[in-house]
Amino acid sequence: MKPLTFAAGLVLATSAAAQTPVLTVYAPDYFVSEWGPGPKIEELFEAECACDLQFKPGDLLPRILLEGARTEADVVIGLNTDVTGKARESGLFAPHNADMAALTLPVAWTDDIFLPFNYGHTAFVYDTTRLDAAPESFDALLEAGDDLRLVIQDPRSSISGLALALWVDAIYGEEAEAAWAKLAPKIVTVTRGWSESYGLFTDGEADMVLSYTTSPAYHIIAEGDETKKAAIFPEGHYFMVELSAKLASTDVPELADQFLAFTVSEPFQSMIATGNWSIPAALDPSGWPAGFQQLDLPETVLFYSEEEAAERRDAAIEAWRSGLSR
Amino acid sequence: MAQRLVTLSAAIALLALTLGPIGAVLIWAEGVSSLRPGDLAALRFTVWQAFLSALVSCLLAVPLARALARQRFRGRGLLLALLGAPFILPVIVAVMGLIAVFGQSGLINQAFAALGLPRFDIYGLHGVVLAHVFFNLPLATRMMVQAWLAIPDERFRLAASLGLSRRALFLTLEWPLILRILPGAFAVIFVICLTSFAVALTLGGGPRATTVELAIYQAMRFDFDPGRAAALALLQLVLGLVAGVVALALSPRQGFGVGRDRSVPRWDGAGRRVLDAVVIAAAVLFLLLPLGLVVARGVPGLSLLEGDTIRAAGHSVIVALASTLLCLVWALALSTRRGELLALMAIAISPLVLGAGLFLVLRPFVNPFSMALPVTALVNALMALPFALRVLRPEAESIRTDFLRLRQTLRLTGWAWTRLVLLPRLRRPLGFAGGLTAALAMGDLGVIALFADPDRATLPLQVYRLMGSYQMEAAAGAALLLLVLSFGLFWLFDRGGRVHAQSRTG
Amino acid sequence: MLSLEQVEIAMGKERLCAAFDVPRAARVAILGPSGAGKSTLLDVVAGFRHPDRGRILWSGTDMTAMPPEKRPVSILFQDGNLFPHLSVRRNLALALRPDGRKPDSAGQTRLGDALGRVALDGMEDRLPGTLSGGQQSRVALARVLLQDRPLLLLDEPFSALGPGLRHEMIDLVTDVATEIDALLMMVTHDPSDARRFASHIILVADGLAHPPQDTAALFADPPPAFRDYLGRSADPAP
Repeated sequence: MKPLTFAAGLVLATSAAAQTPVLTVYAPDYFVSEWGPGPKIEELFEAECACDLQFKPGDLLPRILLEGARTEADVVIGLNTDVTGKARESGLFAPHNADMAALTLPVAWTDDIFLPFNYGHTAFVYDTTRLDAAPESFDALLEAGDDLRLVIQDPRSSISGLALALWVDAIYGEEAEAAWAKLAPKIVTVTRGWSESYGLFTDGEADMVLSYTTSPAYHIIAEGDETKKAAIFPEGHYFMVELSAKLASTDVPELADQFLAFTVSEPFQSMIATGNWSIPAALDPSGWPAGFQQLDLPETVLFYSEEEAAERRDAAIEAWRSGLSR
Repeated sequence: MAQRLVTLSAAIALLALTLGPIGAVLIWAEGVSSLRPGDLAALRFTVWQAFLSALVSCLLAVPLARALARQRFRGRGLLLALLGAPFILPVIVAVMGLIAVFGQSGLINQAFAALGLPRFDIYGLHGVVLAHVFFNLPLATRMMVQAWLAIPDERFRLAASLGLSRRALFLTLEWPLILRILPGAFAVIFVICLTSFAVALTLGGGPRATTVELAIYQAMRFDFDPGRAAALALLQLVLGLVAGVVALALSPRQGFGVGRDRSVPRWDGAGRRVLDAVVIAAAVLFLLLPLGLVVARGVPGLSLLEGDTIRAAGHSVIVALASTLLCLVWALALSTRRGELLALMAIAISPLVLGAGLFLVLRPFVNPFSMALPVTALVNALMALPFALRVLRPEAESIRTDFLRLRQTLRLTGWAWTRLVLLPRLRRPLGFAGGLTAALAMGDLGVIALFADPDRATLPLQVYRLMGSYQMEAAAGAALLLLVLSFGLFWLFDRGGRVHAQSRTG
Repeated sequence: MLSLEQVEIAMGKERLCAAFDVPRAARVAILGPSGAGKSTLLDVVAGFRHPDRGRILWSGTDMTAMPPEKRPVSILFQDGNLFPHLSVRRNLALALRPDGRKPDSAGQTRLGDALGRVALDGMEDRLPGTLSGGQQSRVALARVLLQDRPLLLLDEPFSALGPGLRHEMIDLVTDVATEIDALLMMVTHDPSDARRFASHIILVADGLAHPPQDTAALFADPPPAFRDYLGRSADPAP
């Protein structure tokens, strides 16, 4: 019974492959859950490409680096800026040929390999029913009483954790370690990833959680809950962008180009806000869903270029480590 | 001869699957990269917390196992099974349960606040140890109870007829038993805690609680420095092996001789009922309260479970059953001292490096994505092997010793021996080991990240996916489903082994 | 014929030497003070221990290097002669089918006959734990019948039984040995047991297993070593 079904599946798969081209897309794991943007992307793109889009979720860059030029991926979606240097160096990626004029990012973007599709900023999110007055600046956060409880992510295992380390570095520079030392008594704990932190926050274990400026939008739109807010600091917030890129080794380069162009097109962009709970990278704010339009967003955006980030990274993590270990 | 061959191939498969992947990563990385200064601090912390966790788990297990072995009460069987639950919980679920009890706004602190006591802070080294004890105390206890039940009743009757004092009874029967079981249990728990990562980080409260496994994660996923990851993985492996060698050297070889499979009421439980009741009640509170909160949190989420989660649950059950079969066969072939030592390598090896190595090894031959579930089943079997062996090995060896001459004089073939003597007499530990393996395989996230496929997700992966999409309530529901399924499998296997054992002695 | 050629076995600091032949039809009692090496001698013949020096031959075939399962030996121990979790039937069936399979119908008949021979008809489905000590010994003897091997060794298997029962069992053992035409060697600590069944006696004492001697002659005119032994067991079992 089993081998038969398996064989039948193989036959079906090969005959289907002969008819329609397949676009293999590596994506982060959360993309493909029924709550993630994957299924909608697949539906929208397959409607216009006459192809079969297949997501392969899991580790992105580690897997591609392990596979090298023999990778099956045609496109990868969901990379972060902290890995683009390593990715570029590998020579495994090709320029995207997409039109970047439509981008509406708060920073100038000219990268010809990595194409943004949505963005957000690091921010401390809190619950207005539990915290009366959130700190109004990063300085105020450092000076807040030690009964304020924060939960953050480890910069060595989490992208948002690393963004926080760079955020502190961008604001305080040489004083970063001292800033961390001031923050230390307020930090309940450090988790491996964002999910654990956010879980602790929603369970009431902490007053504020390191998350994104866009997190409240989820609660507003999906739950009709307006009590979650991001504290906006005048010192600025670190910019976090998600990117896609084409593999040089793809055997369907036109299809890959078509997909990348699709990620900055209107159908994708008007879906991604609520699909991935992030701000669309190429859509005028007037086109955002209502919940996003009412978000508090920072005036000042902090962002290290790839080279700066590579240069500052180790120092920023070390300041975090020694500041918190004091 | 044939048996040697089986053992040898099992050992070679084990070595190939542990050292092979590290080797593959090393070749790919073109050698070992040097360690960083922070790695040394991580190493120190890793060893220290693992040592403390194993020590506390083992020390607490002695009174608890003794109480459970000598008292008979209603619901004892269910309690014994339930006590296995923390060990088989997925880490993320267990940590949430622990925090709901011991956290800043957990039950304990609510009670403290009501009484006007200062706030109890779980985060720190003691939090790490607390969590590891929560996971591993049940394991140590079950190993001890298992061994306690394996003491032939004749020995207790002999002790009774000699009118031994409690002290003498302890020295003649229980102390040798403790000596036989605890070093092995200590080693297994020590090695499990060596590879701890998320627990240590979350409850450790900050960078001081950095473990080697976290450094491996950083090297593998963040710095793309597989040479350093492999170097750290080798270091971890050596630590695990050293712990294993020491533990096995400390545990004496002799068993308790052949029993005659007659059931005799235990006479030594009377007079200690109050003490035992207190011990058992404390353990139940400590171990089951966090579980209860996981259940309470998960119930509302159950209604949110959809097709993907149900499918993932199906995959997980299939993977768990396949892992269990594979693991038990493997463990039977390796159930010797040397086999057990070898198997400790399996838990001491970093799942991250193992996954990357397997990926590199398999890739030239097959599409790794299509292998997601078989590879997960294989790796889970490998990871559960040390636990299965810890449970099976002592009893398998004493069966071999006890019946060696009879086997030889009857000229039993290897197959007849296995089928008619070894398996039936091992039924109880086999059920327990099978239950452990199945449950561990259910909860393991392991290597699947590199092999993941949208259509072949397992349930733990689905929990993370749901959390990653803000679906905290659905994630809690999925976690409850995971808990129920893991526990259900564990219970079925464990019960199967014990029901038979009882009908045999009844 | 069983031959021990210049056999030497280390027993801790002591050594045990043996050099003699035992005729095929003999019924041998092995006597001697405890700790002298009676069981060791049986173990060497059965193959559970290897001599440091010398050879052991059966009908001219050297079996020194043979593993226990290859030797033409059936053996009963002091205890643990049956698998406690297997029924009487399955315990016996193992003698016919060491691969664990079911015996054919001829085998089944033999099995039933053997049980009848030891007066345990109808006990096929009992577990050993539910039988008395004497009954367990009988099951083991029934298995010896089924094994049908020319060398039957017994290591004090009846020492736990009362005298009446023990004598009954010794008679049964002798009958069984005659029936399968086996050389019988039994360790015992009771000279009166030896007189009951043994045609020959091997005395094990002071590091030496003496050659077998005719029972009647030995008791009639005990040599010094045997006199010592009898004197030491001044309180012979009833």
